[in-house]
Amino acid sequence: MIPLSWYLTLAAALFAIGLYGVLARRNAVAILMGVELMINAVIINLVAFWRYLQPTGISGQVFAVIVFAVAAAEASVGLALIISIYRRRNSVVAEEMNLLKW
Amino acid sequence: MQIEYVWLIPVPPLLSFFIIWLLTHRSKTLSHTVAVGSIALSWVLSWVTVFNAIGVEHFGEDVIFAGSVPWLPTGDTVLRMGVLVDPLTAVMLFFVPLACLMIFVYSVGYSNYGKPEDSHDLPGNPPHNGVEPMYSRFFCYLSLFAFGMLTLVVADNLLLMFIGWEIMGFCSYALIGFWYGRNYDDPKKITPRQAAVKAFMTTRVGDVVMMLGIVYLYFATTTEQAKEILGANAGTLSFRAMFYNEEFLQYIAAEPSFVAGLSIAALTGILLLVGTVGKSAQFPLHVWLPDAMEGPTPVSAMIHAAAMVSAGVYAMIRLFPVLSAGWHEGDPLTPPMLVLGTIGAFTALFAATIAFTQNDVKKVLAYSTISQLGFMLAALGIGGYVAAAFHLMTHAFFKALLFLGSGSIIHGMEHGMAHAEHGSHSHEHIDPQDMRFMGGLRSKMPWTFWTFLIGGMALSGFPLITAGFWSKDEILLDGWLHAQPVFWTLFIAATLTAFYTTRQLIMVFFGQPRTQAAEHAHESVWTMTAPLVILSFFAITTGWLNIPTEFPGLGSIAHNLGIDHWLGHFVMGTLLPEEVVEGVEPAVEGFIWQPLAASIIAALGGIALGYLVYRNAYKTADDKDPMEFLGPMHTFLQNKYYLDELYHNLFVRPAQWFSETVAYKFLDKSLIDGTLHTVGRTAVTVGNFFKRAEKYTIDNPPIYLSDGFKWVGKSFRVIQTGRVQNYLLIGMLIAVLFGAVYLYQIWAGV
Repeated sequence: MIPLSWYLTLAAALFAIGLYGVLARRNAVAILMGVELMINAVIINLVAFWRYLQPTGISGQVFAVIVFAVAAAEASVGLALIISIYRRRNSVVAEEMNLLKW
Repeated sequence: MQIEYVWLIPVPPLLSFFIIWLLTHRSKTLSHTVAVGSIALSWVLSWVTVFNAIGVEHFGEDVIFAGSVPWLPTGDTVLRMGVLVDPLTAVMLFFVPLACLMIFVYSVGYSNYGKPEDSHDLPGNPPHNGVEPMYSRFFCYLSLFAFGMLTLVVADNLLLMFIGWEIMGFCSYALIGFWYGRNYDDPKKITPRQAAVKAFMTTRVGDVVMMLGIVYLYFATTTEQAKEILGANAGTLSFRAMFYNEEFLQYIAAEPSFVAGLSIAALTGILLLVGTVGKSAQFPLHVWLPDAMEGPTPVSAMIHAAAMVSAGVYAMIRLFPVLSAGWHEGDPLTPPMLVLGTIGAFTALFAATIAFTQNDVKKVLAYSTISQLGFMLAALGIGGYVAAAFHLMTHAFFKALLFLGSGSIIHGMEHGMAHAEHGSHSHEHIDPQDMRFMGGLRSKMPWTFWTFLIGGMALSGFPLITAGFWSKDEILLDGWLHAQPVFWTLFIAATLTAFYTTRQLIMVFFGQPRTQAAEHAHESVWTMTAPLVILSFFAITTGWLNIPTEFPGLGSIAHNLGIDHWLGHFVMGTLLPEEVVEGVEPAVEGFIWQPLAASIIAALGGIALGYLVYRNAYKTADDKDPMEFLGPMHTFLQNKYYLDELYHNLFVRPAQWFSETVAYKFLDKSLIDGTLHTVGRTAVTVGNFFKRAEKYTIDNPPIYLSDGFKWVGKSFRVIQTGRVQNYLLIGMLIAVLFGAVYLYQIWAGV
């Protein structure tokens, strides 16, 4: 059986890639994609810890399903915002969304 | 006895002044109607009073018309204002309003009333052919002038008299400078503006001294001793209470004043007579009067005959009891009388010598006025009370006549000039007042000629007919009896008077016209000639009021008619009975021929001499005056003894230097301005200091505080980038940091 640390390493790598995407990309869609990656990394952790530490319980799986649902809602809201901003300002670059800035 | 309306006599001209000034000044016709009407009303009131007074037996001794009201209570004394008509006032009321009325009527014609306004005429300049632009103003001032004179005449106390005196002073200033815009090509010729200031300033010198006299007299009448004598009248300055109070007169004659050697009466008298010297233009304060000729001619007549200068003499006659307090017939003269007699006699001669060198028709008359006033004051100085009053009256008539006549002549000449210029287009620039350019006006202006002749003869003292003869004779008689030096001085002066009058008559009226202007001169309008005729009547007849009883022939006729020495007896009623007997009336038995001979010789001799000298002189206007054979002496006289220049250098220039250097440059600019500027600068410096202090202590700390907050805010706002990624990065770093700390703690086994 594959040891737990491998899963954790994969999740950490995925999280780091997502974090990098969020921090380094200027395109708002790409930032949103980065956020999704980070959420997925967290789900991998949840499922892995459930399987290795508490396989009899069901709460780990339920937790993962709820996170999926939340992530889907979040992605749809985020994309709707981005489309709305694009229509108004003709841009999806994050720095240009500075109306409330000093 | 009281006559209720006496106080009304001066009122109509005052009302007229206000009515013209405030209401009617836009209408020339209305203005002169008001003015002439008011003075006519005064004249009627005056003559009613005069003839009432004449009708009273022993008027003045037992009866007078008087009334007064308390005016100014001052402690335990009270100053009363009121009116007084005694015989002397009655004499004044006889001629003053009449002469004023004549002058008012004359002014209507003189100011070209009835002609349209000439568009070339500017206010403040003599009109050329049109009506005077400031016609209403002229009548306005004349009315006020008449008011001043009438107030002075009916006043019953010294203060009210002085008020009238000062009103006239102002009016003479306003009227002499009436043509204030006039300028001459010759810068040496005095302009009306300067003449007005000169007249005002010169008379002011006298007035100030006179006021000192009044103040001094007031103090003298309010001492304890004086109060005992005067009782309730102390401090009233009333003529009647003080000057006709024998006890009081003795008191002030005996009591010494603070000036050594002079009694109170003498000091007061001398101070008061200086006022007259100024007002009646006596040497050395006579300089203003000839220059006062710059005013319109009716004004000259007003000043020289009816009002101003007569007022000075009247004041002296009125104050005679003070001047002569303690004096009795045969005593040495009191100091004020001595001063008065000396000044009067000297001025009479002095002015007469100037008069025969003058070429201006009005200047000759001006100097003759000064001279004649000298006669009156000299007469008064030697005790000739009646003679002074008599000559004052006759002089007023014939001098008013002469002045109005000269105005008519000047008018005629101006018309002639305008006519000649219009006809031949020749530009003959001559002075219409210069007698050298006249000649032959006898046939051109017959009314003016005959009346002027009567006036001139009265001035010369033509025997028996004219008024001037009788009054001058009276003065010479007094001189002969009381003071021989005065007699001889006046005799020479009288001869000169006849001489220069004849010179004037010949130069103006006889011979051939010497210029185009004289050729085309013509008679003036009736409003001007009618007053001349009326005044000539009085210039002759008033003399007959005082024919001496002892006079050969005429005396007995007059006696039968009851008019011998009539004026003398009448005026004498003014004085106290004691003084009349002891002092003033010459106690003469029979007839004294020397003064009569002297006055006949003076008059006829002067006239004959004048005729001989000037009969063939002045064929043309450029001829030399026959009197120029006197050489430098003539020039000296023609320049009026250079007294104007002397006064200019002695008083005017030092005064100007004082004003310029001391008062203006030193006092005002350096001292006062300097002090003020220093104070100002100090205040500004202190203010600046406080301004800075305020800035650093109160203004700045809050500013720095707010600046600090602002700087802090600015410095920290850079972390608020507004970019989510930055915030995330920071969040990540902090999470890493906390994670690291956590791990370190686990690792270290804490």
